[in-house]
Amino acid sequence: MKNPSVDTHLLPADSGTIGTEPLLAVDNLHVEFSTRQGVARAVNGVSYALNAGETLAVLGESGSGKSVTAQAIMGILDMPPARIPKGEIRFRGTDLLQLSEAQRSQIRGQQIAMIFQDALSALNPVFTVGWQIAEMFRVHKGMSKKAAYAKAVELMDRVRIPAAKQRVNDYPHQFSGGMRQRIMIAMSIALDPEVLIADEPTTALDVTVQAQIMELLAELQRESNMGLILITHDLGVVADVADKIAVMYGGRIVENAPVHDIYSNAAHPYTKGLLESIPRVDMKGQELYAIKGLPPNLLDMPTGCAFHPRCPFRQDNCVTDVPALHEISGTRSSACHYWREVLDGTAG
Amino acid sequence: MAPQGDPILEVRDLVKHFPLTQGIVMKRQIGAIKAVDGVSFDLRRGETLGVVGESGCGKSTLAKLLMALEKPTSGSVKVNGELVDVHRGSNLKRFRRNIQMVMQDPYTSLNPRMTVGDIIGEPYEIHTEVAPKGDRRKKVQDLLEVVGLNPDHINRYPHQFSGGQRQRIGIARGLALQPEIIICDEPVSALDVSIQAQVINLLERLQSEFGLAYIFIAHDLSVVRHISDRVAVMYLGKIVEIGKDTEIYDKPSHPYTQALLSAVPVPNPEGRETRERIILQGDPPSPANPPSGCRFRTRCWKAQEICAVEEPLLQIRPGTDHESACHFAEVHDVVHAS
Amino acid sequence: MSDTLTEQKPKSVKPPKQKKPASLWSDAWYDLRRSKVFIIAAVMIAILVVMSIIPGLFSSVNAFDPTTCDLTKARQGVSAAHIFGTDNQGCDTYSRVIYGARISIMVGVFSTVVTTLIGGLLGLLAGFYGRWTDTILSRVAEIFFAIPSTLGALLILALVGRDNAGIWTVVLALSVLAWPMVLRIMRAAVMSAKSQDYVLAARALGAGPGRLMGRHILPNALAPVIVVATMNMGVFIAAEAALSFLGVGIQSPDISWGLMIADARNRFLQAPEALLFPALFLSLTVLAFVMLGDAVRDALDPKLR
Repeated sequence: MKNPSVDTHLLPADSGTIGTEPLLAVDNLHVEFSTRQGVARAVNGVSYALNAGETLAVLGESGSGKSVTAQAIMGILDMPPARIPKGEIRFRGTDLLQLSEAQRSQIRGQQIAMIFQDALSALNPVFTVGWQIAEMFRVHKGMSKKAAYAKAVELMDRVRIPAAKQRVNDYPHQFSGGMRQRIMIAMSIALDPEVLIADEPTTALDVTVQAQIMELLAELQRESNMGLILITHDLGVVADVADKIAVMYGGRIVENAPVHDIYSNAAHPYTKGLLESIPRVDMKGQELYAIKGLPPNLLDMPTGCAFHPRCPFRQDNCVTDVPALHEISGTRSSACHYWREVLDGTAG
Repeated sequence: MAPQGDPILEVRDLVKHFPLTQGIVMKRQIGAIKAVDGVSFDLRRGETLGVVGESGCGKSTLAKLLMALEKPTSGSVKVNGELVDVHRGSNLKRFRRNIQMVMQDPYTSLNPRMTVGDIIGEPYEIHTEVAPKGDRRKKVQDLLEVVGLNPDHINRYPHQFSGGQRQRIGIARGLALQPEIIICDEPVSALDVSIQAQVINLLERLQSEFGLAYIFIAHDLSVVRHISDRVAVMYLGKIVEIGKDTEIYDKPSHPYTQALLSAVPVPNPEGRETRERIILQGDPPSPANPPSGCRFRTRCWKAQEICAVEEPLLQIRPGTDHESACHFAEVHDVVHAS
Repeated sequence: MSDTLTEQKPKSVKPPKQKKPASLWSDAWYDLRRSKVFIIAAVMIAILVVMSIIPGLFSSVNAFDPTTCDLTKARQGVSAAHIFGTDNQGCDTYSRVIYGARISIMVGVFSTVVTTLIGGLLGLLAGFYGRWTDTILSRVAEIFFAIPSTLGALLILALVGRDNAGIWTVVLALSVLAWPMVLRIMRAAVMSAKSQDYVLAARALGAGPGRLMGRHILPNALAPVIVVATMNMGVFIAAEAALSFLGVGIQSPDISWGLMIADARNRFLQAPEALLFPALFLSLTVLAFVMLGDAVRDALDPKLR
């Protein structure tokens, strides 16, 4: 088997797809964790695809499996307790799950990079930020110390850290939350990855800083034509930046659609409920629509459709049959037996 | 639920400076973090005042000051016209019956070693005059029912509940003494999106049922707009703009408010390419060393010389109908929401 | 409005395991009962405790009675009559090992009780009140902490003198030097519990210091102290043996494993059993308490919950 990293470097940088194969495709992925209380099925057959230059938002609550899927793509799940019993993660057509650890670490950082919610704990507190960014170049590109530092300063400039030259020898704790997130971003884009996974990148930040970071990410994406997977629970951020959305619930994708379609007319009761529960100006003083009940327990999933205990569209077969991801149009699908009714807004 | 009557809570020039000290044995004050630096406002019976601002603006310290959990450096808090004296136990105890809080994190705000019944019943053990011993269990069960939990779960422990349910337990504890004011410090931000609406509805229902006045501290501007009658915007320990919700959201006059509103992502992709966005540069300055004059001037696009010299007072400015602390206050609807 | 009120199926976040107890303490107990290490350690300790209370159950020879020794049978090997052999004085080693458990357990238990009460109380006060209370208590504790404990205990007991030495002086000498460790652990646990939101919430309700400490802080700060106390029992038992071995601890005619080892060491080659058996019991006892402490730590570890 050829080294896949060499493979991909031979491809022209701007080719988003190989034939019909997307840049990154997750196919029927399953991830489970053995816990003291039993097996937690965190991801139950997730499929999504990402093309170059595209922003895919993975929307879900805690426990929906959105972060676990991303960690599986990165190959940073602790196995055990995690296990991937089924599924494929294809990057430019190569199934990452079939690669050796050495081959995967070639791809990690170089072709697929990730940024996390908590930049402070993701950065090593005992090294300067310059050292940590330079390390990327020294390890992966074999650069000299001096050249690597120069690149580090250049990158810090690129993510718009003021006075990068002076700050390159500062430690992570000397930066504010927003600046630390910029450093994380600098490290992740250091090796020009083709896919960037951002796991709740702005959740810990204030709105004005969030706006700065989202703008930065959008700009970097435009420059390099990266594919961006944005994992979030924030419907506002998604509406602002996403091209398409995968909504996750209980370890499954419940709806897949271009961003405008979802916000104008959701095809799954969960998505619909989320959108309706957003406070609206014209609804001031009225009761908010609230999805009733609680998110599912991964150790004790409801039978059939995981959303059925909370669903206003529920019928008898929802309790027994797991709904397939029904194709609505070429770009849209919904995992609801009654997606037509949901789209029409009837029943419920 | 229109708020009427006299103010139930009057806050005047409230200041809290945390001293910064150096040295271990001989402590020497080398400065102070000016967490809250001269905040004044009124809250009327049954009214909700939203307080918004970013981390470090002092909104959480303000909550602690209002709860008398911190001693103010200067300034005063009056409840029903009576001055709160943090040094007088009896005064403080009476005050606490009237003002309670709901905290942000439902996972850390409930004692894991106590049952739900003990947690909600604790207020009665402290304020024994509120309920005779025999009635307490019944009262706790009533409270559980009021917040939408099963009264039979009185002997369960917090870890047997989900985040949203725990927050309801925290709310029930706050209601036990039948206070007139409840301070909600980010009450929904730790909850899952699908649960937030449930808790907000509960808070609104309780308000109309019991005539509560809320101070609603949050960073989620759309939630604040939904629940608030008036809104105060804080920046670096000061209120920079205060007014009715419609005045703040539709006619913001302080540049910081405008930037804040424009930075909030709108959950609607239509027209996102053309939406006005004011992206502020840099981070808020440290509250230990705030800029002279107007504190926002270092990030403000309107800043002029006067801003560095003269501190703008919170007052009604020409062309606006509500108080704003900007020399160049000017109404500018950034959101066009209505 | 009813939809917000009825959270359907208000069931626990954890899987509904039948009859599973609910409080954190009973959860810990539930885990403990499933731990092999705990069972083994608990059985060993139970046997030792019974041994120290009613040694007659294990040995027909009353080792406290000097007339049971027979000098003509000194330093015999293992035999049917003396399954662990005999010592220099011709006493039965087996019965002396059994009877020796009492002193070890007593020293372990009493030293632990004294250090935990003193260190725990002072640690609670230092952690809760902070400021000058903390400064004074912590500095005093540090002074004691700076003294190497075995050397310090040796010094104290040497000053007390052999004539006055006995179980209570040993307990005192060990406790004087060991309470600061408990103080430190309690203080750290109290400080972290004190900063929790539920303590703030209780303060907001008007709870006084007594209620804050008793109901909110102490129950949440106790776990690490319990773990250390359990392990300390083993440590104290070992320390008692060391002091007795050095001649400043328990004195004849009291029976202590350390003393037995000291007596047997000169004649080790002729009668190894007289040294090996008390040493074996000593090691097993210390091991049992350390294992118990480990098991308790695992059960109480909040990270697993």
